[in-house]
Amino acid sequence: MKFRVEPFLWLAFSGGGVMAAIFLPVLAFLFALAFPLGWLDPPDHAHLAAVVGHPITFLVLFGAFVMMLVHAAHRFRFTLYDGLQVKHRFLVAAVCYGGAFLGTFVALHMLGSAT
Amino acid sequence: MTGEAMERSATDTDLHYRRTPPVFWWTRKPSYFVFVMRELSSLFIAWLVLYLLLFVRAVGRGETAYADFLDWAASPWLVVLNVVAFAFVVLHTVTWFSLTPQAMVLQVGGRRVPPRAIIGAQYAALAVVSAFVLWLVTR
Repeated sequence: MKFRVEPFLWLAFSGGGVMAAIFLPVLAFLFALAFPLGWLDPPDHAHLAAVVGHPITFLVLFGAFVMMLVHAAHRFRFTLYDGLQVKHRFLVAAVCYGGAFLGTFVALHMLGSAT
Repeated sequence: MTGEAMERSATDTDLHYRRTPPVFWWTRKPSYFVFVMRELSSLFIAWLVLYLLLFVRAVGRGETAYADFLDWAASPWLVVLNVVAFAFVVLHTVTWFSLTPQAMVLQVGGRRVPPRAIIGAQYAALAVVSAFVLWLVTR
């Protein structure tokens, strides 16, 4: 049987879609809106540093963020291909998945810097 | 139809001939528009991942960097971007939850789990995760 990568991309797309649907609303609301705008008191630095410095937080955030990036790359690939009719199939895939791949290293570096 | 196109459609009687839809086909109907907005949520999900990574990095760099990041995050253009991004995330969550029962058919004891139960379970998971994150961050 011929090995095909496409089913695994769809699996990662689904996993990342679930992660984004469940984790992102609360994270975006708290960290992008409520804390910067003072709707809720921002947590002390010491407490937040302890939370993001914990190995479990690192693993959960790294896993969730990478899946979300692959999800976004996969969906944006079809937005370019079907929505905007950019028919350079290989280039579109390379830019989208390449972006997610780069994002994985950025995530590793930034999450690692806080532990 | 241009001469070239006529020639092509006349010679290509096989299944490879395709008509190219116009670039702005998705502005013609509200349902197409919502579909494209849902697809565009990917860009905002990628942005929020990057934003949260920058947030974590600022926390790791110390108290001053954290305070500076919160000030930067309250600047008007960033607030506008994040409000739009949050709206797209909500659109993603709602559409994702409602599509799940169509993508995944669950059977329990030989009977199909009703779509409403699957959607409800996802909102319950969303509530539990949100409450846990809020507790962990603000306790």
